[in-house]
Amino acid sequence: MMYGWTGTLLRVNLTTRQISKEPLREEWARDFIGGRGLGARYLFAEVDPQIDPLSPENKLIFATGPLTGTNASCGARYMVVTKGPLTNAITTSNSGGHWGPELKAAGYDLLIVEGRAATPCYLWIYDDRVEIRDAGHLWGKTVWEAEEHLRQELGVPDAIVASIGPAGEKLVRFACIMNDLHRAAGRSGVGAVMGSKQLKAIAVRGTGGVRLADPHAFFAAHWAMKVKLRESPVTSQGLPIYGTEVLVNVINEHGALPTRNHQQSVFERAEEISGERLTETRLVANKACFACTIACGRVTALPGEAAGKYMVTTHPHNWQIAGEGPEYEAAWALGAQCGIGDLDALIKANWLCNELGMDAISFGATVAAAMELYEKGAISLAQTEIPLTFGSAEALLVMAEKTAYREGFGHELAEGSKRMTEKFGRPELFMGVKGQEFAAYEARAIQGMGLGYATSNRGACHLKAYTVAAEILGLPRQMDPRATEGKAELTKLFQDATATVDATGLCQFLTFGIGLEEILPQLVAATGVQYTLEELLKIGERIWNLERWWNERAGLTGKDDTLPRRILEEPLPSGPAKGQVNRLGEMLPEYYRLRGWDAEGRITREKLQELGLV
Amino acid sequence: MRQLRIIPDRCTGCMQCELACSFVQTGTFQPSRSVIRVYVFDEQASYAPYTCFQCDEAWCMTACPVNAIALDPATGAKVVLDSVCVGCAVCTIACPYGTVFYNPDTHKAFKCDLCGGDPACVTACPTEAIAYVEMGQPDWLASWAQRVSTGVQALQEGGSA
Repeated sequence: MMYGWTGTLLRVNLTTRQISKEPLREEWARDFIGGRGLGARYLFAEVDPQIDPLSPENKLIFATGPLTGTNASCGARYMVVTKGPLTNAITTSNSGGHWGPELKAAGYDLLIVEGRAATPCYLWIYDDRVEIRDAGHLWGKTVWEAEEHLRQELGVPDAIVASIGPAGEKLVRFACIMNDLHRAAGRSGVGAVMGSKQLKAIAVRGTGGVRLADPHAFFAAHWAMKVKLRESPVTSQGLPIYGTEVLVNVINEHGALPTRNHQQSVFERAEEISGERLTETRLVANKACFACTIACGRVTALPGEAAGKYMVTTHPHNWQIAGEGPEYEAAWALGAQCGIGDLDALIKANWLCNELGMDAISFGATVAAAMELYEKGAISLAQTEIPLTFGSAEALLVMAEKTAYREGFGHELAEGSKRMTEKFGRPELFMGVKGQEFAAYEARAIQGMGLGYATSNRGACHLKAYTVAAEILGLPRQMDPRATEGKAELTKLFQDATATVDATGLCQFLTFGIGLEEILPQLVAATGVQYTLEELLKIGERIWNLERWWNERAGLTGKDDTLPRRILEEPLPSGPAKGQVNRLGEMLPEYYRLRGWDAEGRITREKLQELGLV
Repeated sequence: MRQLRIIPDRCTGCMQCELACSFVQTGTFQPSRSVIRVYVFDEQASYAPYTCFQCDEAWCMTACPVNAIALDPATGAKVVLDSVCVGCAVCTIACPYGTVFYNPDTHKAFKCDLCGGDPACVTACPTEAIAYVEMGQPDWLASWAQRVSTGVQALQEGGSA
């Protein structure tokens, strides 16, 4: 009997319609824990890295961790692991809400979806009963509609649904998988992979439980963690009171809020889209994910006149109802990055992204790139049908719908900014890494983030090494964001530790208040495996190297660990970080050395042996 | 006598109460076996934990054909006696509030017993949305009923004027 883990893996082949349950590989569970790690291990074993991500050969892996579904603070997460259509690299997209714990309660650590259905279908998992059902009537529906419809159709109001919107169906390269209406496994296009399999939704109801190896020790660790979270100003005040949006003003004051497709790094209207403004004017309530004691989720609503300001065609009646967000990243991408300072428009655009099922970060950033193309004359009004000027909220909202449905110019946006800028002859205007757009931190103002973006295994991403914590917030200790010294070591440490957290089933926001030291006793008590702190870091390093190795076999090399010319060569024009560029060249060789890779960034045999990967 | 007091405005829907309760019931984290349930109203962005409030009428007790539900004199809780319960589930139907449940694994009814005077849900709640406090008015619905009857009275008086 396994503790923490359920010990069972559910495999569904949509081509053959075969459904099977198999025991979890225990040695893999021990070496990779779960979530991101275990998902990557199965992907590595089962999927050829060279395949087309939208082909039936790709697999979609939903992975929970041993702490998912327990009462460990923030133990709500599941990870979607697959080959991403935006990056052609491994992707690991994380989501909270209630779906992961429900899958666990149904009795499964992992769900692997294979093949491609002949016609649209959905999965219904009710404990050990699993069915592939017809979804012809759900195809085309938005996320909210599909969820509502499914609960009624199944007659199980407690069923938790993960689904794709029209964007996933239309294979928008940054479509996401949505659960609990507003929670997203957001980046790298995991929703498009689900759409390519003709899988509209996965509804789950689980009535089972998660067993603990040592309940007494578990609860002791649980309470110690709760106390720490209450002592940390970020997890007890910043996030609950203002949500992630609390960062808008902070990052802007450091001159690190990318603005107008990274042409500036200070947004003059930041105050208007800040967490403080959102909380004062549009916040309805906080919402927690499963077992979360932070509750950073923002439930927002627009009063009548604001709701009617920008007309959109998708389900206008829903505007009267509360939605969620925007979170910091979304507010930045849709706001500062597009030069838009109208909070109501951002709430609406964010709502549309959720409802239509696409990543608000990549969508906002792609619109921003299109706006620069438009202002530089690379695309014309005849092509876009609406003036794509920076600051135009109307353009943003119109394009949200057009992109999700791939109508008009939305068809170009749906390919992501790398492919779009290449098509229109200005590839240098793509602001991202490995095909994926940057997140909300300017790499010229925060040096470590540049290295983190460049070396991330799923393209530019803030969630793989959040060095902002040290460089701006001073956690665990303050480092100078302008310096490159020590950043290689910091980035490696954060990458490894984050991979471990992602494998446990916990939320990364915990790490504002606690570290692996606090997670360790909970993990040990839950699973009964006597991990040590050293081992946990080693597991993180193992996961990182495995992802990298898979990418190498997919064709990625050290040459892909780079940043756009603008970030490396064009000094910031204004603000506190004026005159700076990202000095990646000063950090990358040291990073490779610390990783134990060769000078070109290739993983060495010795490293693989050391990590037990060969 | 102390009672559970629930303040829905403070609830964030995190389910810590369900997790704690289910652990008390089963020794595992199994929200489907919790006797406190968080109801989610997405469209109103509101969440409300809901459980037995140990009502005076105690329809579950009245309905039980084998007297398997007893009054705990220390806490005032109505408690299912597992050794007596035959699993007929009549109590689950009799309860007007839907707070008595049937466990298909044990074939017994189960409901809130206030954990013998130290409710786990209260300890677990991170936002103090559930409290275990002395209440002047022991019946949750009484104040509401009072308002309704006052309102009806006012309407009737208004109607005559």
